[in-house]
Amino acid sequence: MKISLSRRYHFAASHRLHTAKLSEEENKRVYGKCSNPYGHGHNYVLEVTVTGPVDPETGMIANLGNLDPFVRREVIEPFDQRFLNEEVAEFREEVATTENVCREIFRRLKGFPLARLERVRVEETSKNSFEIEADVNALDEVRA
Amino acid sequence: MIRITRKIEFSAAHFYHNPNFSAEENRRVFGKCNNPHGHGHNYVLEVTIAGEPDPTTGMVLDLKELKDILQAEVMERMDHRHLNYEVPELAGQIPTCENIAAVIWKLLEPKIKSGKLDRVRLYECPELFVDVSAGNGTRA
Repeated sequence: MKISLSRRYHFAASHRLHTAKLSEEENKRVYGKCSNPYGHGHNYVLEVTVTGPVDPETGMIANLGNLDPFVRREVIEPFDQRFLNEEVAEFREEVATTENVCREIFRRLKGFPLARLERVRVEETSKNSFEIEADVNALDEVRA
Repeated sequence: MIRITRKIEFSAAHFYHNPNFSAEENRRVFGKCNNPHGHGHNYVLEVTIAGEPDPTTGMVLDLKELKDILQAEVMERMDHRHLNYEVPELAGQIPTCENIAAVIWKLLEPKIKSGKLDRVRLYECPELFVDVSAGNGTRA
């Protein structure tokens, strides 16, 4: 039997999809409306899944009293009500697609010391979601 | 292979308290959930069965049968109950979402005769859920 705990968080942020690797015309062609130079925003939903043994003393994989402040400190505070392209250092280099946002959040959360981070899922809108799992990320890190 | 999922809702009360902890430790570890008067949730349970559709009926299992199993095993035991006092399967355990979901998995697994129990997902609220699935992951 495998057991995991998932917790959902919310943050609102703006971004612009644009890369210096492409010409202005190519940026427009590839990213369309999302390339608008003034940016636009979303109400992001972040779903964090952790796994590990259920502590018989607490009945918990992870105490939300520990997980919530960790996620708030690592992701919600630096991302919420921000312009991701300018205010989160990683997105000055990387395009702030939600694929990259998802991967950056995974990097920030994988150090949670009290359970193993299994999956990060980000809903950009109620229609689009992106997820990354522990093993996929490991492969990615090997490549990087 | 096809997966089919049925959802049910039940409402129940609980609180978290470990008799091995001091009163102060209980408050520190469990916070508001330690209130001895308890509190409640509208739990949402998603049960997923995996299997091949029967060539005659086109079904992995009859959803009516699954509905009856969920009624007998989960609703009768847990709906409008106090999970600390009224569910023998949870006796001696803190009725966290993890422990409740694991109990539900153990209750349902032997009852599913067509297809296999693939996943139990229990929402305590829309922002918190636990998944239990088969496999060699961490033992509950």
